[in-house]
Amino acid sequence: MLIEFMMIFLTLVNLIILSTSRLSTCIKVIAFQGIILGVLPVAGGQFDIQLVIFSIIAISVKAILFPSMLLRTLSQLNIHREKKPYVGYGMSLLIGLGAIVLSWWISKNLPLTITPANSAVLPVSIFTAFVGLYLIITRKMALTQVIGYLIFENGIYMFGVILPQKQPLLVELAVLLDAFVAVFVMGITIFHISREFDHIETDQLSTLRS
Amino acid sequence: MFYYSIKIFLVGVFLIFFGGILSLLFWRKQKLSILVGTLGAVSGSILGLIPAIKVLLSGGKESLYIAWSIPFGAFFVEIDAISAFFLLCIFILSIITAIYGSRYLLEYKNKSLAKAIFFFNVLISSMAMVVVSANGMLFLICWEIMSIASFFLVTFEDEHKHVRQAGIVYLIATHIGTAFLLVMFILLGRESNSLDFDKFAAIKLLPSSMASIIFILSLVGFGTKAGLVPFHIWLPEAHPAAPSHVSALMSGVMIKTGIYGIIRVLTFLPNPPLWWGWLLIIVGAVSGVIGVLFALAQHDIKRLLAYHSVENIGIITMGLGLGVVGINSGSQILAILGFGGAILHILNHALFKGLLFLGAGSVVSAAGTREIDELGGLGKNMFVTSVTFLIGAVAICGIPPLNGFISEFLIYTGSFKGLITKQLDLAAVSIIIIGSLALIGGLALACFTKVYGIVFLGEPRSKHAMNVQESSMIMLVPMIILAALCVFIGLFSSITINWLKQCISQIAGIGPDVVSSQILPLSNILIKVSFAAFCLFAAIAILLFIRKKMLSAEKVSIAPTWDCGYAKPDARMQYTASSFAQPLVDTFKMILRTRKITEPIKDLFPVEGQFESSTPEVSRDYLFNPIFRVIYLLLGRLRWLQGGNIQLYILYIALTLIALIIWKLR
Amino acid sequence: MDNISIRIIQPILALILSPLLFGIINRTKAFFAGRKGQPLFQTYFDLWKLVHKGVVYSKTTGWIFRAGPIINLSAILLITLFIPLGHSKAVIFFDGDIFLVIYLFALIRFFTIIAALDTGSSFEGMGASREAQFSALTEPALFLALAAIACGTGKLSLSEILVSITSKFWLSHISIILFVAATLIIVLLTENARIPVDDPNTHLELTMIHEVMVLDSSGPDFAFIVFASALKLWVFTALFAGVLIPDIGFGFWPNLGICVLAVLCVSVVVGIIESCIARLKLLFVPHFIFIATVFAVLAMVFVLRK
Repeated sequence: MLIEFMMIFLTLVNLIILSTSRLSTCIKVIAFQGIILGVLPVAGGQFDIQLVIFSIIAISVKAILFPSMLLRTLSQLNIHREKKPYVGYGMSLLIGLGAIVLSWWISKNLPLTITPANSAVLPVSIFTAFVGLYLIITRKMALTQVIGYLIFENGIYMFGVILPQKQPLLVELAVLLDAFVAVFVMGITIFHISREFDHIETDQLSTLRS
Repeated sequence: MFYYSIKIFLVGVFLIFFGGILSLLFWRKQKLSILVGTLGAVSGSILGLIPAIKVLLSGGKESLYIAWSIPFGAFFVEIDAISAFFLLCIFILSIITAIYGSRYLLEYKNKSLAKAIFFFNVLISSMAMVVVSANGMLFLICWEIMSIASFFLVTFEDEHKHVRQAGIVYLIATHIGTAFLLVMFILLGRESNSLDFDKFAAIKLLPSSMASIIFILSLVGFGTKAGLVPFHIWLPEAHPAAPSHVSALMSGVMIKTGIYGIIRVLTFLPNPPLWWGWLLIIVGAVSGVIGVLFALAQHDIKRLLAYHSVENIGIITMGLGLGVVGINSGSQILAILGFGGAILHILNHALFKGLLFLGAGSVVSAAGTREIDELGGLGKNMFVTSVTFLIGAVAICGIPPLNGFISEFLIYTGSFKGLITKQLDLAAVSIIIIGSLALIGGLALACFTKVYGIVFLGEPRSKHAMNVQESSMIMLVPMIILAALCVFIGLFSSITINWLKQCISQIAGIGPDVVSSQILPLSNILIKVSFAAFCLFAAIAILLFIRKKMLSAEKVSIAPTWDCGYAKPDARMQYTASSFAQPLVDTFKMILRTRKITEPIKDLFPVEGQFESSTPEVSRDYLFNPIFRVIYLLLGRLRWLQGGNIQLYILYIALTLIALIIWKLR
Repeated sequence: MDNISIRIIQPILALILSPLLFGIINRTKAFFAGRKGQPLFQTYFDLWKLVHKGVVYSKTTGWIFRAGPIINLSAILLITLFIPLGHSKAVIFFDGDIFLVIYLFALIRFFTIIAALDTGSSFEGMGASREAQFSALTEPALFLALAAIACGTGKLSLSEILVSITSKFWLSHISIILFVAATLIIVLLTENARIPVDDPNTHLELTMIHEVMVLDSSGPDFAFIVFASALKLWVFTALFAGVLIPDIGFGFWPNLGICVLAVLCVSVVVGIIESCIARLKLLFVPHFIFIATVFAVLAMVFVLRK
């Protein structure tokens, strides 16, 4: 029941990210997503001490550290909204719906040997990864792309949570660390790009090429 | 006794045809020519209705076989329940439109009307022959006659450029369709060594790839005639160009011969795979939504109605698709509801679309324009037209208690039945049907409130709409009959559905007894729907009475419309069709790509402004034009063959002949 | 005997209590705005007053304008016979009555719109145009939501669907219930001309949707329209409450009490929503309705996953 609610919230949160242009909303929503994901390993009811520690680390990184860094970058940049994405927000929502249907279909036909705690976890994780990819592809701002990257990572993380026995926690932690470094580096880069060029729209970076 | 019905039918068809010939002979005397033509069409159609109704109710089939000298050809006609059902639609609408046309044609002064009467009768008789032919060759011949006759009817006003263009688009479209049918019949003939339909039905073990090819060919070929997206581009051109009673006949039944073809081919191919059902449903859903969206964006009343034909064909195709899915999954109730909904919608659409086109004709002949934005307030002077048009509009939106609701009700019930099985495939197609039908319903409502409200209500928007006169009784009576039929089917749907039992049983390939037992609970439900409809009427009557009581002691006064404080409202300030539809058109601008030409008002004291919008056919601009451009480029290279010298052409013919002879005799 | 009284009481309650909902909403809004507000029974007074007035008809109008309110009210009266309260059978029910109910709403809409166009007023035309747009977009959402709940319960009639929502079903299908309820509340707000979509209390004709369509109605005609819209609000809230609150299992009368209470609470919630959010820009309303469709599709996805 609890996991079911979490999955509903995750789906909705993903749809909100797809349909909003406000960057601060995106970041807050990511923090929320981080909390849910962090609680997810222990939500099944088993209180393994290892899992609890892991979940505390995940929450502190995903729900506190990353969002606060991103918010700080945002306040330094003095930007509030994504400018014209390649695909409009209404259309994005529609594509998001398509992605939901697709990910449920995929998860139905995926040959998995273990059954997750709730049948919604697998499709929602695939959907989350899709949303992350979609953001990276269609949005122009570097900041939104970082957000997309984080969401993508969240999707993979969820997929990992389903397979607790198969995947050592060490790998998970490594992934987290990876993401941390990535966000850190990107945060610094974005800040510097914007200081140099007065904007952070990646499509204009291609003019640097020649 | 044995060939009794079929002989009556053939006599009827001959009478119709003969009436056409006679009217051509008497072309100098206009009144007489119209009289004999119409008499022939009406009497022949009434005669033809007898065997149609008999076979439809009793089932069974009657056939007549006369050998021909043409290879594989034979004069093989057969009336079974499917043919009988289509004959019923054809003859009913033919009687109505023939009577209407006898008066409507008089609007065309200084034109030879005999031609129109002749081709009209040829069209009726060829349509009737198409649905009874049981031989591929005969079928194609009748099919071609039907296309040619309707082509001449479309180009009746050939002095206008746009009419000639519409005719050419129609001719090309219909012939491309026929080409696909030719290939399909050849393939079927190769499998069965004959072009007789009963032999086609006998080949049970067609390789599945071959069956699928035949199905696709029939879907393209017949779909072109029926007007499925994206082969519908001729419809919005041809229907407005033709005289209104011809549009009613073409839209009401001629495009249904395409649906007849698809149904007939489905009976040849048993055990349809699931993806056929998917294909039919998706094509149907796309046609339905695209049709109604484009209809919404039009402001020519007949063009708008033509797009609604595309929409309704879409609904019918979705019903067929649901039936195919039902057969495939072995769910009888699904097959019965799908096919039942589809064929009931065929009948219903013939009735209300015929009615709407006749109403539009009445409006056009009274006001002299097809532009909705120029009309307004016609309901005051044209009471009967406005009421019958309203009945047609309510019916086509699928609103209870009229007939359009009943057929959509069957399809909805079928798809909900598919949904609650929770099998993924069935549920998925059901969701597509439910979602698109709901969207179509809402958009159709927007579209027909627009047409009715702007044309018949409010104040006249231009001098066209002032001082209009009601059409003559000869035109009104057919419309009243159609409206009455719409109401009848809506209120007594359980009776109607029982009349269609044999036809459903034959299409679905389920025994009549099984169909009867499955339909029984359905007709009980339909009785309850009728009961609800009568409750509605009772409530209306009671409320009318109450209001009368309330107002009997109070003052009823007449005043101008509340103008919101603006001192001098003008009839031109009313909402127009374009402005009414604009929010929805903008919501779907991705699909519609409406072009707008505006000259906005700039100064504080505006002098003149301009606004113009048009929604041309997207699939024509983005799909067919590029294809034809490529073909044109490729074939342009062969232009040197065309010298313009007649001797040269004869040389080509001679060379071809000689080459053929050598090839055959070698 | 008891069975008949159970069935009859449901539409009678609707007839008696529905005008109260407007009063509750207005009082809630007044409370949030720090005003005293109009009496709770104001709508009843209004109806009483209107019934005893004469009528002014516009000289542009014809019989459509006069028939509109009557068809409107009789269709909604018919609908109330299908709407179950307290998880029991309604007066009439059969497989597929869902479609009849939704299409009866379409009948109401059709005649409201053409009655508005009959006046020839551009303001009423504008309202009619918007009504046509928004309702065309809500219809798929409503249909899909009801399809999802029908699929969950495996029943095809409104009464049987709501009877099947027992507490056991509720617990095992909580996600579907929530999504469907979310769709229904958005449809409720849109169809009943409540605030994020339409403002029933504005003073400018240009900004209204539903109210502007009935500008020219007066006297008993307007009484019919007001009563019909009260009943419509009742029908939607009853449906919403019926889906959201399960059968608690103590028989009909406790269920009925809870359901009526829930309906009244929903109108308080509507009042709170109206006090808290501003009206949407008209261009954003389709997006708002689209969210309802998204919820409906999600409900569909969750119901089909097993």
